[in-house]
Amino acid sequence: MRVALFITCLNDTLAPEAGRATVAILERLGHEVVFPQEQTCCGQMHANSGYRQEAAPLAKRFARIFDDSSFDAVVSPSASCVGMVREQYPRLIGRTVPRVYELTELLVDVLGVEDVGATFPHRVTYHPTCHGLRGLHLGDRPLRLLRNVRDLDLVELPEATTCCGFGGTFAVKNADTSAAMLSDKVRCVLDTGADVCAAGDSSCLLHIGGGLRRQRAGVRTMHLAEILASTG
Amino acid sequence: MTATKFQVLAPAELAKAQQRRNLRTATTTIRAKRAAVVAEVEDWEALREQGARIKDEALANLDVHLERLEASVTAAGGTVHWARDAAQANAIVARLTREAGSDEVIKVKSMATDEIGLNEALAAQGITAHETDLAELIVQLAGDRPSHILVPAIHRNRVEIRDLFREKLGEPDLSSEPAELTAAARRHLRRRFLSVGVGVSGANFACADTGTVAVVESEGNGRMCTTLPHTLITVMGIEKVLPRFADLGAMLRLLPRSSTGERMNPYTSLWTGVTPGDGPQAFHLILLDNGRTATLADPVGRDALRCIRCSACLNVCPVYERAGGHAYTSTYPGPIGAILAPQLAELEDHTSLPWASSLCGACYEVCPVKIDIPTILVHLRGRVVDETGDAPRVERLAMRAAAAVFASRRRYEAAQAARRLTRLAPLRPWTRFRELPDPPRQTFREWWADR
Repeated sequence: MRVALFITCLNDTLAPEAGRATVAILERLGHEVVFPQEQTCCGQMHANSGYRQEAAPLAKRFARIFDDSSFDAVVSPSASCVGMVREQYPRLIGRTVPRVYELTELLVDVLGVEDVGATFPHRVTYHPTCHGLRGLHLGDRPLRLLRNVRDLDLVELPEATTCCGFGGTFAVKNADTSAAMLSDKVRCVLDTGADVCAAGDSSCLLHIGGGLRRQRAGVRTMHLAEILASTG
Repeated sequence: MTATKFQVLAPAELAKAQQRRNLRTATTTIRAKRAAVVAEVEDWEALREQGARIKDEALANLDVHLERLEASVTAAGGTVHWARDAAQANAIVARLTREAGSDEVIKVKSMATDEIGLNEALAAQGITAHETDLAELIVQLAGDRPSHILVPAIHRNRVEIRDLFREKLGEPDLSSEPAELTAAARRHLRRRFLSVGVGVSGANFACADTGTVAVVESEGNGRMCTTLPHTLITVMGIEKVLPRFADLGAMLRLLPRSSTGERMNPYTSLWTGVTPGDGPQAFHLILLDNGRTATLADPVGRDALRCIRCSACLNVCPVYERAGGHAYTSTYPGPIGAILAPQLAELEDHTSLPWASSLCGACYEVCPVKIDIPTILVHLRGRVVDETGDAPRVERLAMRAAAAVFASRRRYEAAQAARRLTRLAPLRPWTRFRELPDPPRQTFREWWADR
């Protein structure tokens, strides 16, 4: 399969390891990954902040770059940005872009793979992000992939379905409320005794990880893709 | 009147430890109850669809259904009044109360009368309104404001209530046992039920074809208020009309399960006009617009009018659970309040509410009439930016600048080089609570180019 990587501006700039891991997983499974260099941002930050006029050209730009029949699929290590393309584009620019998948959708639904051949000898808890859980309805796809990772000790996160409090500009516009949500999420993560907290959105991980580091909690955050790419 | 912004009020609310604990306990309990009784219904999703369809049908031809309702109520011996806004509705209630020869009313818990500030308006006319719902009574005695649609005193605990009742109800020996507290309220309320001649209620539903009005409640005070007084005045938002009596079937299955987490609520009162010799002998239905017609004009925002005031969205909202209802400065708090208040009132007055959400989507998932609250929140954010001067100038400039950067690969890559400047940038709202990430040595695209 020829898969185009939609990296997202946030991963590209601040969490490139999630992109490198996505490439590693797909290449290990025998697929060709291409990276359209013109890509920048899908427009989610503008759209969710009320700047529709600024978001629409970015959405059209995205569609020009990724609606390309030479790609069998477009993959992104971000549920939230895939949700933007799938849910918000129709209202914003009157169309969506076909064959855009979040990483675990591509692996489980399109490629039919649940064991990606990874090894990761750590105690891990998984936070299902809101856009993955309630936006894309990823269900247990991420957990099925994690359960097939060798030597991984998966511990259930209490109150897993509750939002971590990131919410894009919410994290700064309503910083106090966001922090109150974060403190509960951090408490739940610490209660698991995990040394790694994984999720499928680097934005939420930036927030959760920022909270864990502020407390010097000694728990790492990792994108799900990094764990699936790991070979021990 | 411009309300204080959510983000200004929230920090003080977040610091109220007792309130945080009460909210957490109450919402956690009610979430679990709701989840259990919803899981019992095999066709819950189909039922939600049906609920949404019924409300959409009513809203699509609201004028027709309301005129049918007026005709049905009139034929059954009731009188229908139309009120464009809060002032008109309040004036009608005051006039009808005086015409009934009373200077007191007993009230069923009602969001519509909270919305129009009826109690205060009646007080200004020398008429005393007695709340008879236990939690509304607590709020009224304390001179407080409700903080939840269904559980208005959710922010209070029973020791606080004991102290309040000791002082205000003249019961100095009261303990904080719930049974004792409710018994004290019951003794107090019973006197009102038996002596006041005018009842005021809201309406959960009103059926256009029969003129039947429905009130759903738990305590029986509503039944008292709608049957004992000689005059009954119902204030109803115009969006509460249902096309048919038969539609009540679906609605009465959806509402209690979503609201209190019960299969069925203890009291459902239905009345149709006036029955000679039985119950109130004068019935007045006030149809309240108060911003609803304007809301209907917004093709995205209008779905908010499907709301049946169950409060399921409050109980699952992580923002509401922590900040509490008073941070919203609106009669309707929580996610539904964040989309209703800016539409029913002036958008300019509630510009912060559409941002009082992390867009986590938990509200949409539980809404019994499938209101896509996150989509409406995003839509209203757009309207605030486009139609009001509320967005800070610096934010507008930053958003425009960011859009220009994202519009070009060259500018975007140049901007990426500045990622290490995050150390210097004014990121205080972020860094007050969280560390910043270490900027990576290479961006993804730099790595891709190098490999």
